[in-house]
Amino acid sequence: MTAPPLVRPSPRRGGGSGLLRHVAGKVGGALVSLAAVVVLGFFLFRLIPGDPTVTMTRGRQVDEAQIAELRALHGYDRPIVEQFGKYVGGLLHGDMGTSLFYRRTVAELIGERVGPTLLLVGTSTLIAVTLGLWLGIRGAWRRDSPFDRASTGVALVGWAMPAFWLGMLLSMVTGNLFPSGGMRFSSTPPDFWSQALDVAHHMVLPCLTLIAVVYAQYQLVMRSSLLEEMNADYLTTARAKGLRDDQVRRRHAVPNALLPTVTLVFLHIGLVVTGAITVETVFSWPGLGLLTYEALAGPDLPLLQGTFVVLAGSVIVMNVLADLLYQVLDPRVRAS
Amino acid sequence: MTSIVWQRRRAAVGSTWREFTRNRGGLAGLVVLGVVVVLALLAPLVTDASGLDVTKAAGQRWQSPSAEFWFGTDHTGRSVLLLTWWGSRISLLIGLTATVLSVAIGTLVGVTAAHFGGWLSAGLMWVTNFFLVLPSLVLAIALSTVLPRGIGTIVLAIGVTSWASTARLVRAQTLSVEARPFIERAKVLGGGHVHVIGRHVLPAVLPLVFVNTTLTVANAIVAEATLSFLGLGDPSMVSWGSMLRAANLHGAVSQRAWWFLLPPGLGVVVIVLAFTLVGRALETVLNPRLRGDR
Repeated sequence: MTAPPLVRPSPRRGGGSGLLRHVAGKVGGALVSLAAVVVLGFFLFRLIPGDPTVTMTRGRQVDEAQIAELRALHGYDRPIVEQFGKYVGGLLHGDMGTSLFYRRTVAELIGERVGPTLLLVGTSTLIAVTLGLWLGIRGAWRRDSPFDRASTGVALVGWAMPAFWLGMLLSMVTGNLFPSGGMRFSSTPPDFWSQALDVAHHMVLPCLTLIAVVYAQYQLVMRSSLLEEMNADYLTTARAKGLRDDQVRRRHAVPNALLPTVTLVFLHIGLVVTGAITVETVFSWPGLGLLTYEALAGPDLPLLQGTFVVLAGSVIVMNVLADLLYQVLDPRVRAS
Repeated sequence: MTSIVWQRRRAAVGSTWREFTRNRGGLAGLVVLGVVVVLALLAPLVTDASGLDVTKAAGQRWQSPSAEFWFGTDHTGRSVLLLTWWGSRISLLIGLTATVLSVAIGTLVGVTAAHFGGWLSAGLMWVTNFFLVLPSLVLAIALSTVLPRGIGTIVLAIGVTSWASTARLVRAQTLSVEARPFIERAKVLGGGHVHVIGRHVLPAVLPLVFVNTTLTVANAIVAEATLSFLGLGDPSMVSWGSMLRAANLHGAVSQRAWWFLLPPGLGVVVIVLAFTLVGRALETVLNPRLRGDR
């Protein structure tokens, strides 16, 4: 998906060719994974249900004519190979079919919902990473101190909590302090600053919830990664040079321990996406997660297929970005 | 000869256990788990399941905790204590069976990928990495939507989507075991695949798998609660997830019915935390690098 020219490594490039080949391998692998997600989407939502119209009309009063109409509308009456071809061709053009209940195209619906999810997930990840790394570094540096014990304990409890439960608790405890659902009030004036303030006000609780269940990952990984560096000889050298304790930490230990953690930030995006589905459901945050939940109620299979492909696909893209970022950050890999 | 091997293994288990009991967190987790499992098993003997039926609800709607209903009542007048108690059975049952399925798939894939090598291994590792990257809950949601509702579906959905990390761990461990000379000796003496895997690889890999299992259970229980919360669970069964779904749908938050919200959520937190503590303690015991001494 990213930068197709990189796929062709040139053997004559000398020193850079190893890196290029590596990048090409990663990008190529990601493309294959994306293709697999697309096939999986077809398999899950067209093949397993047998007749998708029966699944979608489960528990509803429909007659044969209506079912036949539905089948024709979504092309379920066509041979499976033709359906697959149409599905893949459509995806390449950004066409993911028509939602059963909204009676609008899936692509349009997803396009509307991507923004709020990016805003929520992005903000919470940023804060959670900062908080997690800071706590992890402090904990590891003074291992087994009261601070280390307490912060690890709190992190484990946060990690054990289902996000949606914490969300409900928070909204009960805070009462009317924050809006309990949606993204903005209709009564807010249309100028930029009052709109932004309103959205921020609505975002406090979902954001807090997501941070609370996610930051533990970053903290625990950072902590153990820094602990691995603690006995390294270069730290002794740095101390012997007469550096102050926090200089040793900031300039020597943390940069090395940070490497594996940075990749994990991207790898855990999948987990944040998972949390976003339930948190958006609890707070009616109009993002992809809520859209997925709304699609479940039908079930609205075309819509669910669309959100599945988009969510899984974006996680794969994030992963390959993490791999490439690692190349840039780690001098040892860069040099080889 | 076998008896010497078993003696050694028994001694190893014994020393692991002694080491484990020194970890206070792990021990506390184990005790909590024991209590919860016993309570869950006792539910049909001590309580009356008919109280779970909406039509036979004993109390008024949204009653706060009292002497009669210790944890109050839900939106239909059923006792929240009874619901939580019975809910623990489904949550534990699904958590444990899904874990067994997940760990079994993971071990099978991991050992196969490491032992046979070649294109089979490459293929299996590709599938493993693919599943590792995919957000497992999104896949589990998709699976449980298109399959008929029920406990079996939930177990399948969680098990099929969560095995990848076990597979990777088992593969690495199998590779390191198979590099040792006694495997070569066994092969030279004519041991086939079944003998090498069954007698040498599996016993060496299983302790690691066991540690991994405790952490997988924690994930599986949260996954069950999440799927039930999204309405993908068995509608005829009470689980902690389905209670929280009811709390969300019927406005427990706006009713300020904290007594309906707290018990099922705390149940999940306590169980998950207990499994995590036990898992971390075992990890510390089995991995000397993580031990306290600097």
